[in-house]
Amino acid sequence: MPIKTEPFYLNIGPQHPSTHGVFRLRVALDGEVVVGVEPIIGYLHRGIEKLAETRTYTQTIPFTDRLDYLSSMTNNLAYCLAVEKLGGLKVPERAEYIRVIFSEIMRISSHMMAVGFFLNDLGAMMTPVLYMWREREKIMDMFEMVCGQRLLYNYMRIGGVSQNLPDDFMPAVKKFLAEMPKYIDEYDQLLAQNEILLARSKGVGILSKDTAIGIGASGPVLRASGVKWDIRKMDPYSIYERFDFEVPTGDTGDCYDRYWVRMLEIRQSVRILEQAIAQIPEKGAVCADVPQFFRPPRGEAYGYLEGPKGNIGFYIVSDGSIAPYRLHIYPPTLINITALSDMVIGWKVADLIIIFGSIDVVLGEIDR
Amino acid sequence: MKFERYGIGIAKGMALTFRHLFRSPITIQYPDEKLVTSRRIRGNELVWFPEKCTGCATCAKSCPQGNIVISTHRGEGSKFEVDIFEIDSGRCIFCGLCVESCPYDALAMGLSYECAKYRRGDLILSKEKLAVSANHQPSAYYRPQFEDKLPKQSLLLYNQAEGGQKLKFLPLSKRKRGSGA
Repeated sequence: MPIKTEPFYLNIGPQHPSTHGVFRLRVALDGEVVVGVEPIIGYLHRGIEKLAETRTYTQTIPFTDRLDYLSSMTNNLAYCLAVEKLGGLKVPERAEYIRVIFSEIMRISSHMMAVGFFLNDLGAMMTPVLYMWREREKIMDMFEMVCGQRLLYNYMRIGGVSQNLPDDFMPAVKKFLAEMPKYIDEYDQLLAQNEILLARSKGVGILSKDTAIGIGASGPVLRASGVKWDIRKMDPYSIYERFDFEVPTGDTGDCYDRYWVRMLEIRQSVRILEQAIAQIPEKGAVCADVPQFFRPPRGEAYGYLEGPKGNIGFYIVSDGSIAPYRLHIYPPTLINITALSDMVIGWKVADLIIIFGSIDVVLGEIDR
Repeated sequence: MKFERYGIGIAKGMALTFRHLFRSPITIQYPDEKLVTSRRIRGNELVWFPEKCTGCATCAKSCPQGNIVISTHRGEGSKFEVDIFEIDSGRCIFCGLCVESCPYDALAMGLSYECAKYRRGDLILSKEKLAVSANHQPSAYYRPQFEDKLPKQSLLLYNQAEGGQKLKFLPLSKRKRGSGA
């Protein structure tokens, strides 16, 4: 005689056990197997899109820091690209190189957090994170040297960057780049062949190529599924067409591939940085002449770039005044998290945590 | 999942961990020891130069939070005198846009970053608290003229031989923590 059963609903969060932010997952369970998952978001909503409507174009830049707070520089840059497209501004050569240098350092830093906390979710409590934070501290020292803070940089400006590089910066970044490949080898020695990592993540949470394209995923989540799509290559913004680098892709789209693609991207970022450091002009302006109350012409513009988490875009509608009429933010992790239910159904609760960790979400960006 | 040679990966990882037993420390004991911050640090306070300020309120216009209160009256000749100049550091996001916009270099970011207070009212920085003094000095954020006066930032990138700060294990007896501050 069949026994009547019904799913058991479990709330994970609002304070998620592995705290990627204030996030709630309503999971339907059959025993220990996940049969349904519903992400409930909005706990960190601050209304940044609405705040921008009552602020000038420059005043919105500090708020873009607070979207994806682990990659503030690329958020700043995406917003500035959109405003520059709207106003038809030209950025000085040296500022373009500084922007590329900081985007790539930011990508290294963000991927380290992503990989570290993915392993933290997996049960490697804090050890890999601390290996990666050793280098992240050095990166944050360099950010502090240039723009005065360690998390919320507010460095990019419309038409360039806020300040020139200090004299100590170039020797520091050269030393960092010389050491970095050695450290990446160290992470690989610690993790790449680790049996526990392989057993827990190989073949777990597969996101197929078609689903990844179908939901509009971007960044390492898309590339791990085997799609060779990187805006730096496909639609080069800033000066990315001048650099020689590869777009690493995965084969199956499981959690291990998402981890491995990030590690390969760190190596490619180091490659781009080496070229940018060699090519950067010694002298020159770092910001175009833009008034404090910048009034772009009426119209609309969409600025987007390949951030560490994926395609981040800013859509701005201008009515010719000092404030945007409407600002819309296209957040990569909100789009990527829609793939969660495709990935987790059929897996156990323990796998749910690592699949969620492998997407690399930042709730500041999802809720905005 | 099947493994041909189980244990190699873990052995490699443990070899790395073992090697780290013999390296020098990479952290400091924070409240007892401090690293030197960047010269351009945007600390949790602002520094105001009363003699340079003309009361033009450009800083108040550029503030994304609308956080700067400034009120003036006409003094002798064409000079304006500042009656009220207040910044609520509890609402300030320390973005530094006010410092960038000041046309007379009358405002600068401060150096301090340990500004916890017991009351919200204490967070409001009045004219007297903002004014520059011997122990309230500006940082070089957007003010390169102050850069030479400030000590060099200690980067974790460099070890002691290369000019970095000395990192050592601080014995428990030398730590002040827990002694009842």
